[in-house]
Amino acid sequence: MRPPVAPPGWSRWLVPPAALSVHLSIGQAYAWSVFKPPLESALDLSGTQSALPFQLGIVMLGLSAAFGGTLVERNGPRWAMSVALVCFTSGFLLAALGAETRQYWLIVFGYGFVGGIGLGIGYISPVSTLIKWFPDRPGMATGIAIMGFGGGALIASPWSARMLETFGADSSGIALAFLVHGLSYAVFMALGVVLVRVPGPSPGPGAGAEGTAEAPGGPGVPAASGTGPQVSARQAVRTPQFWCLWVVLCMNVTAGIGILEKAAPMITDFFADTSTPVSASAAAGFVALLSAANMAGRIGWSSASDLVGRKNVYRLYLGAGALMYLLIALFGDQSKPLFVVCALILLSFYGGGFATVPAYLKDLFGTYQVGAIHGRLLTAWSLAGVLGPLIVNWVADRQEDAGKHGPGLYGVSLSIMIGLLVVGFVANELIRPVHPRHHVRASKEPADDATASPAR
Amino acid sequence: MTPPPPRPGDRAAPPRRRPLIVGAWLWVGAPLAYGLYELVHKARQLFTG
Repeated sequence: MRPPVAPPGWSRWLVPPAALSVHLSIGQAYAWSVFKPPLESALDLSGTQSALPFQLGIVMLGLSAAFGGTLVERNGPRWAMSVALVCFTSGFLLAALGAETRQYWLIVFGYGFVGGIGLGIGYISPVSTLIKWFPDRPGMATGIAIMGFGGGALIASPWSARMLETFGADSSGIALAFLVHGLSYAVFMALGVVLVRVPGPSPGPGAGAEGTAEAPGGPGVPAASGTGPQVSARQAVRTPQFWCLWVVLCMNVTAGIGILEKAAPMITDFFADTSTPVSASAAAGFVALLSAANMAGRIGWSSASDLVGRKNVYRLYLGAGALMYLLIALFGDQSKPLFVVCALILLSFYGGGFATVPAYLKDLFGTYQVGAIHGRLLTAWSLAGVLGPLIVNWVADRQEDAGKHGPGLYGVSLSIMIGLLVVGFVANELIRPVHPRHHVRASKEPADDATASPAR
Repeated sequence: MTPPPPRPGDRAAPPRRRPLIVGAWLWVGAPLAYGLYELVHKARQLFTG
């Protein structure tokens, strides 16, 4: 499929909603927990079994982003969004069939495997295109899209819950809910497929921060254009910069998940022995507030990175993040506002870390195959998704066995998180511009990312 | 009267694209606003619950 080149007069402000239509849809994955209790009672499943579709979906997200990135670069964003649409919505339709026929394996295969491919391809589908349209503000552009992934759960969670209330929580009701999800998301994501365009070959639409593409639609796509360093995906994984950034992302995500995973029990335990204990509904409110901080961090910190530089903003995520964990460990049980504010800042850094990384990659490796490189980097997320909950849950269980309670349950976990953030901070400090021997040597057109700044 | 063609360097989108831009942002903005409304409703429980 030829990438769809923008006609003259096409506005680059049509590309973020195209990206958002995909990310707001696939972000539904983080609202899977809504389906867990009904599935458990309708199909007689354990908690571990009902989590399988989500877990397989996240594994497939990492794998398809890592292995499908080059295809996404080659075929363009419309192809990628189409694949994401077909896979993600087919996953729901297969899951609906599975629920109706009470074949749980079909739900796992449909939602987890097929839908998971849609998650991975959909996640990276707009990244490269957004960076090319917004070379002057890559952090803001990718922040908008990746904020959508966080926003998807905010939409799906109440929507799915209401649907189950209406249709019923038995297997037929769940099947109908899956069916409606699949069809609705197909329509919603279609906007992205229809609207997305790659910028014309020259002059770059964002090169002078103009709002429209003035170049006539031509056959060329500025995939290899750029005056800055341009590194292929194959070559990027051979550089220390890629692996340093991999460690940075992995540590930042692990530390964020550390608090996300246990947010509700954590705030309850911290203030259990005080005069103002936290109720279950207040803890739920705290979790909701963390989701808002996560989303705000994605757009806010990522946009800020366009002004202060990528390296500096990661210094903030990792350095100030370690400080926030230290404050929680030392004084968290003495002040509820302090605990809440520190947790909110930590979650904003968690979201910011996800959203800023494509722009960091663009600074280091150029726009040539940034989507494919981003896909490979997301394997750090897959590991962090296992590592973060494992550390927090395992340590909390051991502390409980040792007779500890309240804040004492989390002291060791918090220290480990501080250590991980320090490791990430050091890895970030080790990142230098990529050596020219890794650069693509092919002749290039005038830049569409002439305003690209090096990692600061 | 037909609108003048966009000049290179114009910051604003050409008028004919504006309805499309507004429609596209509403398409994604409306469900996001619903999600945020539900979120704020739930988050208030931290202070009232």
